[in-house]
Amino acid sequence: MDLSFDFSVISKNITYFMIGSYPHGRLGGVALTLYLAVASCILSFLGGLFLGMLSVSKFRVIRYSATAVINAVRGIPLLMVIFWMYFLLPALMGRTMPESRTVIAALTIFTSAYMAEIVRAGIEGIPRGQTEAAISTGLHPWQAMFYIVLPQGLRNMVPSFVNQFVSLIKDTSLAFIVGVSELTHVATQINNRTMIYPAEIFFFIAVIYFIICYAFTSLSRWLEKRLAWQKAI
Amino acid sequence: MLNYDFDWAIITSGRYFEWLMAGVYTTVQLSVVSIVLAFLLGLIIAVMRMSHVSPIRWFAYAYLEFTRNTPLLVQIFFWYFGSYQVLPRFINEWLVTWNFEFAAAVIALTIYTSAFIAEDIRSGVRSIPREQMEAARSSGFTFLRAMQYIILPQAVRITIPPLINQFLNLTKNSSLAMTIGVAELTYQARQVESYTFKGYEAFTAATIVYLGMSLVIAALVNIYNRKVLATVKGR
Repeated sequence: MDLSFDFSVISKNITYFMIGSYPHGRLGGVALTLYLAVASCILSFLGGLFLGMLSVSKFRVIRYSATAVINAVRGIPLLMVIFWMYFLLPALMGRTMPESRTVIAALTIFTSAYMAEIVRAGIEGIPRGQTEAAISTGLHPWQAMFYIVLPQGLRNMVPSFVNQFVSLIKDTSLAFIVGVSELTHVATQINNRTMIYPAEIFFFIAVIYFIICYAFTSLSRWLEKRLAWQKAI
Repeated sequence: MLNYDFDWAIITSGRYFEWLMAGVYTTVQLSVVSIVLAFLLGLIIAVMRMSHVSPIRWFAYAYLEFTRNTPLLVQIFFWYFGSYQVLPRFINEWLVTWNFEFAAAVIALTIYTSAFIAEDIRSGVRSIPREQMEAARSSGFTFLRAMQYIILPQAVRITIPPLINQFLNLTKNSSLAMTIGVAELTYQARQVESYTFKGYEAFTAATIVYLGMSLVIAALVNIYNRKVLATVKGR
């Protein structure tokens, strides 16, 4: 064991860790990690909402196929989804795609399936009587869904969504595989260049990920507590 | 759309088939070794998390939060590249003599998964009525013995479905080991792709294997829930 850590490698490269070679080159580091996470989070929220509503449809064909898609995506590793997008997207679009977009597409598809399960549980958590009451007052089933069930269900889902966002932040590290210069990729670059400080570098980025993720984990716990408190009164 | 000649024969027999099967074998090996170690470590951490000695409890809390809130990939890199800085020399030398990549992947996967398992065990313990611990303590069991003989045997039974789920996650997560050169399934699929340019076939094969494992394990959980857990809870 050689416990002589030298953290000066961090301070020397701190801007590169944070924003990559921006403004002289591409955006990278923590900034790109957050960009990937936020973009995929918004897209997969919409995708998850859509898939989740399909999976509680009253039409059996729609319900079964939505459930099949959700379970298939949840059954394979994210890395597989990324490789599929990496090979499939350029072939489908007929042109090359920027890697960051490939990763956002993969993260969106992957996370949508998990979001869909949250949405389904949220919708199923609202008593069926509410939909029936809404329909019997003359609302269309879609209106009942959008004005009665979803507003209540979504509020219950918020903590789970935040947890999913934390997973998403961690999952952006896989963008490293296809060469997107987010935080993990930047760290491996610096490690390859400096050679002798791997423990310092990877511990440092672990701490950065931890600070970001722990903030959101705590937020989710706080929301959960507040929600339970609101329900109690 | 796709303008591509599929050639399934290339992955269903011969050399590339063997590569993929070797990958499946390594994936299973990696997952099984890691889940066993992760279960043991998770059990220890869960008990520490419920300890009455606050420094032990705080340590367990810090461990859980730190491992759960950092990406697995970063942990894999930390142990793979940084182990010579943080582990004693004789351990490193011992790891190098068999298979260092594999060992680093096992260490990272074990630590990462143990945190999730510890939380599952803890919520299993919580579902055991508090009075059982009090009754055990008042009849003379120490905290650890009460855990060992009264609480954990029941809690683990309830925890088995989430544990199997963790095993499933672990199997999927083991694909990340390819980044440090462990020749598991995803690595081999990539390898076949770069030798033959038959990426779709190779990744289809790997996807089917992962999906198959997931479906089989999910079916097992279902059976367990219906047959075993129903009887445990029914009493």
